[in-house]
Amino acid sequence: MRYSAFSIVKNALTGNVNWKPAWRQPEPKPYYDVIIVGGGGHGLATAYYLAKEFGLKNIAVLEKGYLGSGNVGRNTTIVRSNYMLPGNEPFYEFSMKLWEGMEQDLNYNAMLSQRGIINLYHNDGQRDAYIRRGNAMWMEGVPAELLDRAALKKMLPFLNFDHARFPIMGGLLQKRGGTARHDAVAWGYARAADRLGVDLIQNCEVTGIRRDNGVVTGVETSRGFIGCGKLGLAAAGNTSRVGEMADLKLPIESHVLQAFVTEGLKPAINHVITYGAGHFYISQSDKGGLVFGAEIDGYNSYAQRGNLATVEHVMEEGVTMIPGLSRVRVLRSWSGVMDMSMDGSPIISHTPIDNLYLNCGWCYGGFKATPASGWCFAHLIAKNETHPVARFLRLDRFERGYPIDEHGAGPQPNLH
Amino acid sequence: MASLIHCPHCGVRPKEEFSIRGDASLVRPDPEASDEAWNDYVHIRSNPRGRYREHWQHVAGCRRWLVVERDTFTHEVFSVTDAAAATVAREAGR
Repeated sequence: MRYSAFSIVKNALTGNVNWKPAWRQPEPKPYYDVIIVGGGGHGLATAYYLAKEFGLKNIAVLEKGYLGSGNVGRNTTIVRSNYMLPGNEPFYEFSMKLWEGMEQDLNYNAMLSQRGIINLYHNDGQRDAYIRRGNAMWMEGVPAELLDRAALKKMLPFLNFDHARFPIMGGLLQKRGGTARHDAVAWGYARAADRLGVDLIQNCEVTGIRRDNGVVTGVETSRGFIGCGKLGLAAAGNTSRVGEMADLKLPIESHVLQAFVTEGLKPAINHVITYGAGHFYISQSDKGGLVFGAEIDGYNSYAQRGNLATVEHVMEEGVTMIPGLSRVRVLRSWSGVMDMSMDGSPIISHTPIDNLYLNCGWCYGGFKATPASGWCFAHLIAKNETHPVARFLRLDRFERGYPIDEHGAGPQPNLH
Repeated sequence: MASLIHCPHCGVRPKEEFSIRGDASLVRPDPEASDEAWNDYVHIRSNPRGRYREHWQHVAGCRRWLVVERDTFTHEVFSVTDAAAATVAREAGR
């Protein structure tokens, strides 16, 4: 069924009993040309573009839990392309452009809201760094705008402009940045992929990768052996565990990141705002809750739960930036397991095994990359060659000495 | 994460007094070692789900470097030893 205003009215008038499930629940077949491990945003987008753009058939996505049960349903829904380094910015801008056409393409309302993202600065050095970043964006054709204090005061009067230690002097604005409904992105890709014949197999955990003469022949799963011609890994926080099944040595550490939402409020914060004196970021969901987060907890963890000391730190940052937040009650908090790479940038790459492909290292920036990650990974799997905008995101960049380190923090994942 | 860490020098302390550096199983290669050995040391991580040995520094206490063995899924802490003692034990076991 194609979703439209007409279909909503028609189903409303007929008692809403004729809606069909958005995707099938197929039994796994004995063999697929391509298997993607991981039914999150990136895995589902990869399967969709493999079928849609590269014309492949006979594709399966294996998910150990339910679709979208990992980080695609746990992030703070921010989309943006305000990166600085040439290895990153064209990739994220490609993603931003895909976001802009995604809802029509998928026939699914992902509630993309290009409300603008503002990175605040607090001193002259930081202002100069943002000018440099803005110029780097313009060089890739991405508009960026530097706002001074007066302009910012008009737009965001609730900010703590005169904080003694971190006064707010201005910000860098990317108007096309914003938010999208994260679950809807997973569901939209799942439904669209399913309509193109992709088998989405849930509750199917990969427990082993079978190899013969140095190539992958299939995967052992909790639902039996499934053969494949090509295997793509998009397992996010569990990348190291899946990679180990194929003896991959990976530059990844799994860390825990927390996120928070408050009770619903009337419209108060109309942009995405990030704090320059910490890592705090905040936006308001369409339901009214303020959605925010900050740093990772800083230690290796596979547990989807965080630490109270980090909760306190995040709240302190939030109240320092917006004093009014102290009167808002937090409704829920949750955590996700991040695949932190050693330079803070992602990996979409060949591996030492010919028909095994790797998609990981999203750190805590994976959501905004979902469409481009899927597209570029599909390109790599289908054509066995790297997509031009993802050409720097290779696994071997570490041993070759070409890290893409936006923060200049070095190979220390808990600092990215 | 456990809330309390038993520092071998200072006794039971809140974990906020400690700073976490990362994987303690890595051994710094010889300066003349191969590029591959250095790449493994600088970039490659075993990243286990389960028992893990990690370097912590007691920054708000004795400032000693420690090796904390803990579980990365349950967050249970099994042992805390002084990093120098851990190195001596490792080298004795070679």
